[in-house]
Amino acid sequence: MNKNNLILYIGILIFGLAAPYIFPAFKVQLSILCILIVLAITWNIQGGEMGYNTFGNILFYGLGMYLCASVQVGMFFPLAEWTESGGEKTFVHTPAQFFQGMAAGLVVAAIVPTIVAGLIGYAILGLRGHYFAICTLGLGVAAGEISGGIEIIGAGQGFTTPPFPNVGSLEARGEFFYFLSFLVLVLTFIAVKAIYTTRFKLILNAIRDNEDKAEAMGIETMKYKIIGWMISAFFCGLAGGIMGGLVGYIDSTDVAFDGREMGVFMVLMAILGGKGTLWGPVIGATVFHIFKEGFWTFFLGWQYVALGVLIVVIVIYFPEGIMGWLREKYPERFGEVVDEADRKAQVEIK
Amino acid sequence: MDFLVFQYPMITVQACLDGILLGVLFALIAYGMALQWGVMNIINIAQGDLVILGGYIAYFMYLYGIHPAWGVIVAPVIMYFVGIAIYKLVINKVVDRDLFISILATFGISILFMQLMNFAFGADVVLANSGYGTTMLFDSNVVLPNSKIFSAFISILFAVCLVIYMKKSKLGRAIRATAQNTRAAKILGVDTEKVYAATFGINAALCGVAGALISITFTIHPYMGLPYTIRSFMIVIVAGLGNLPGVAMSGMGLGVFEEFADYILGTEFRIGSVFLLLVLILVYRRFKLSRKREYLK
Repeated sequence: MNKNNLILYIGILIFGLAAPYIFPAFKVQLSILCILIVLAITWNIQGGEMGYNTFGNILFYGLGMYLCASVQVGMFFPLAEWTESGGEKTFVHTPAQFFQGMAAGLVVAAIVPTIVAGLIGYAILGLRGHYFAICTLGLGVAAGEISGGIEIIGAGQGFTTPPFPNVGSLEARGEFFYFLSFLVLVLTFIAVKAIYTTRFKLILNAIRDNEDKAEAMGIETMKYKIIGWMISAFFCGLAGGIMGGLVGYIDSTDVAFDGREMGVFMVLMAILGGKGTLWGPVIGATVFHIFKEGFWTFFLGWQYVALGVLIVVIVIYFPEGIMGWLREKYPERFGEVVDEADRKAQVEIK
Repeated sequence: MDFLVFQYPMITVQACLDGILLGVLFALIAYGMALQWGVMNIINIAQGDLVILGGYIAYFMYLYGIHPAWGVIVAPVIMYFVGIAIYKLVINKVVDRDLFISILATFGISILFMQLMNFAFGADVVLANSGYGTTMLFDSNVVLPNSKIFSAFISILFAVCLVIYMKKSKLGRAIRATAQNTRAAKILGVDTEKVYAATFGINAALCGVAGALISITFTIHPYMGLPYTIRSFMIVIVAGLGNLPGVAMSGMGLGVFEEFADYILGTEFRIGSVFLLLVLILVYRRFKLSRKREYLK
């Protein structure tokens, strides 16, 4: 890491820590932005680096959300009665109970999806190309439909997560969730950046470029694919757990396993930013979130129309994303050696 | 557990007949899916939304006092042009690209259609009443709405017409040639661009017919599209591309499966079981294929 990069990272870190005080009205939006970036980065491990375009990471996100809330409630109160009472506060968490429950819930929300990814990975990741895409799409929708039929987690009427306890300050809730999601974002970024400097990333890229050849070179591709998916599942679960607490209400198809919103957002953000790059998902998620919030506010009701058009436009006219565009424009900045004569010659051939 | 299916055998008969009549409709949608997949190599996630749009055409005819069964003729005509429009605007830019691009682009179209239909027609579950009455079988133990029988009959009629058209007409031959080898077809003077547009239009028209029939026999709702896409995808991968009897058989099989899932697991798990079945079929297929690959090794 050279000096410029270090300054950049420290600048971003300071900005991130100061953000809720600079924009106090946007704390919830900033937390959601952090979650979105985490989802985009983890999707990029599959879609960008490994070439497995998944719609199924929403499964781990929703699983984490339900698990975190269930553990947080179930540690202190009977879960079935909690969900039955719906929004009414028959049970109230004390601050200590709330934070203990949240911590335990997040641990479970991270670990269980990781195990699930490991278990189903062998079966699912053996699929290739569009079969994988459709299969994971089915997986996400099936999870949503099935969890919508289970009584103990609220079935169709939804699940109210524990309300934030009264700790004396009105700002505390927003700050708590912001710093929690920012922490997860930083952890994810560091972990993924560390992974991308190792041989592991090269293996993932080899799988993307030609899986059969990678196998022929003696790489156990299945092992690495599963590990990659487990890493994604870990952070997706964490993100889901936090998002559940932030939203305050879990519905099976509209919040948790929301393939139509979150499941597409993560794909779109990574593609918008540029898949297969470290910074692409971060930039893509930020741009997307700002655009989305602007659109959602000014064109209320038309947001899905805008989303549909946006997907089509990005996919058709902008498949390389922002990073891809920058790379084409300033190849020197990406460490590519450009021969001027060669470049001119290429232009002439065109 | 008291499953009705095991206690009263007539319910089994009822579920089977319902499933087969439903499955014929699924097979019709799947045929369109197989057609465009085979010819253009794209997977259309918006397939189900085209079906629902066709259903709304019939429903609107019903609202304006025309018998909804005429929708079977009007819907495909309108949907053909809708299909051509979608092709000209979006699909022709993704035909030669990566399959995932086509999946994502049509997913975008699907979201767009869902929301536009929601604005235009409202979020209510609607049904076009055909007034056909019902048929009783086996001492009125089995009740079949005539509209279901009508819809199965019309689906078969359209499928047969299309197969004959594909075999005999000039455009049909061009479509089959393009499906076999696009480059060779191009060299021999087939305007593949036109063939693609026609294929997508025919697919949309088939969806229109199926949708009109669904609006008579079942209910339609703007957000109900995706399950139809998944069903048709499932039928195509089970049957294989270009295997018409297979498409019909697996369509009926899926219909029967759904009816039984409905009776045994409960209606709230119906859609979930369809999606789960898709995952299971794909995983089964993956293990079967990987065994084949090991033989080759």
